[in-house]
Amino acid sequence: MNIYVFEFKQNLKSTVIWSLSVSALILMFMSVYQGFAADTEILNELLLSYPEEFLRAFGMSREVNIASVLGFVSMLFTFVQICLAVQAANYGFSLVSVEERELTADFLLPKPVNRTSILTSKLFAAVTCLIITNLVVWISTFTFINIFKGERDYDVKTLILLLSTIIFLQLFFLCVSMLISLFFKKIKSVLTFSMGLVFGLYIISAFGEVIGDANFGYITPFKHFEANYIVSNSSYNTSMFLIDIFIILISIILSYILYKKRNIQSI
Amino acid sequence: MNVIEINNLTKYYGKSRGIINVSFNISEGEIFGFIGPNGAGKSTTIRLLLALIYPTKGNAKIFGKDCIKYGPEIRQEIGYLPSEVFYYDKMKVIDLLKYSASFYKKDCTERLHELAEIMELDLNKRIDDLSYGNKKKVGIVQGLLHKPKLIILDEPTSGLDPLMQQKFFDLIRLENQNGATVLFSSHILGEVQKLCTRVAIIKEGQIITVEDIKTLQENNYKKIKVKGKYITEEHFNMDGVSNLHKNEDAVNFFYKGNINQVLKIISSNLISDVLIEEPTLEEIFIHYYR
Repeated sequence: MNIYVFEFKQNLKSTVIWSLSVSALILMFMSVYQGFAADTEILNELLLSYPEEFLRAFGMSREVNIASVLGFVSMLFTFVQICLAVQAANYGFSLVSVEERELTADFLLPKPVNRTSILTSKLFAAVTCLIITNLVVWISTFTFINIFKGERDYDVKTLILLLSTIIFLQLFFLCVSMLISLFFKKIKSVLTFSMGLVFGLYIISAFGEVIGDANFGYITPFKHFEANYIVSNSSYNTSMFLIDIFIILISIILSYILYKKRNIQSI
Repeated sequence: MNVIEINNLTKYYGKSRGIINVSFNISEGEIFGFIGPNGAGKSTTIRLLLALIYPTKGNAKIFGKDCIKYGPEIRQEIGYLPSEVFYYDKMKVIDLLKYSASFYKKDCTERLHELAEIMELDLNKRIDDLSYGNKKKVGIVQGLLHKPKLIILDEPTSGLDPLMQQKFFDLIRLENQNGATVLFSSHILGEVQKLCTRVAIIKEGQIITVEDIKTLQENNYKKIKVKGKYITEEHFNMDGVSNLHKNEDAVNFFYKGNINQVLKIISSNLISDVLIEEPTLEEIFIHYYR
């Protein structure tokens, strides 16, 4: 419990910064929605002139009217997803590596605790921070939509579906990053790794859209929870959702196995 | 009773050597020195005992229990000061120490303040504002605040000024008198000589010898200096003499063997002065490393 509280405090500042930044991003997008939606006709015509593959690569689709509230939200959702994925990957990559990079492992591990409970406490602390971020994002999404939607209506249930994907996307990045970090002796810069992973997987997802190959979807979480799919179908893509959960679980199990066997590097 | 039992402990980092077949025991109440130059394997041995790394072969027992299998349990009673101290920079000293104390089943508050006072540590500073020596003090306090039965010190004195070193040694002696066993690793022989009762010497990952500090000094070598106008190196060309050299009108050497034989030679010559003394640990050490 003491490790959990300690780790939570260590992450709290970054959680607040991430939450507020993403909220500001949502505010920025939603504040231009009115003007955007007013030019619906022209906009939809403009979009129709682009090939479908191109639109999909940027998180849009002809099937989804981006002048509608949720159509617009699903476009901005891509940016929100990327930001929150970077946050989760940051936590994942630094979870174990921070102790070895800053050599605090020599403080923590000789204490009378086993590695399983260290990893569990750290993991729960990170998940708590992600949940807090999610709460803030939920609240600001609903608030800003209701402030800026004007006369237009939207389906609340679909929005809830959309927002509830965030935590799974984040868990994917948290757990996969944690697992990857355990394959390295030392991670010098967390941000390099997390940006690499997030943008790498995003580009794979975008590339998969462009060439229309569904197989790419299995490995990239951006496909697991594609906003367009959810908005146009008002449901999850169940098989993709299960793949995501499966990858999360496997990553957690392997991480425990690797961490328990790990030789902690010194200088 | 043995507090630490190390049996054929071997550690390879990939192909590079950590330690090879290290075996020794430390019994209760000892202050045990562990000496060797940098990279000889001192820290590797200690990190194996603390289960920071896992052995390739062999095992070690602390308080009679396997140090990997029962790690968390035995670490309740171990205090460890790493050679390089690093702590969560943004914390205050007191918060770090409280965090450290929260791992132990007993209340450490009183001892924490006692130790901080002895080591003259400012508890309200942030850790990244501390000098290296002061960080080392934080390390000492966090290593001792739970009154451990086994204290493991990995090159503890670097960064401490001589006055603080003295206080630290007094503190360790006191802990020892109160029943704590101490494993003290160092490459500075003077301090091992001051503090320890027994010592293991490690070289390139292997233990060369484990001996009483007194035996190491008394029974083996005498450092002899003979002064005289007519005395030359040839006079002492005999078994048991090493490191023989002449320096102005004096001949210096180490002697191991029957003291009477060397005295005979000395007395049969015209000399102006003779000095027979215990070599310092430094000199013995250099001998082992030659």
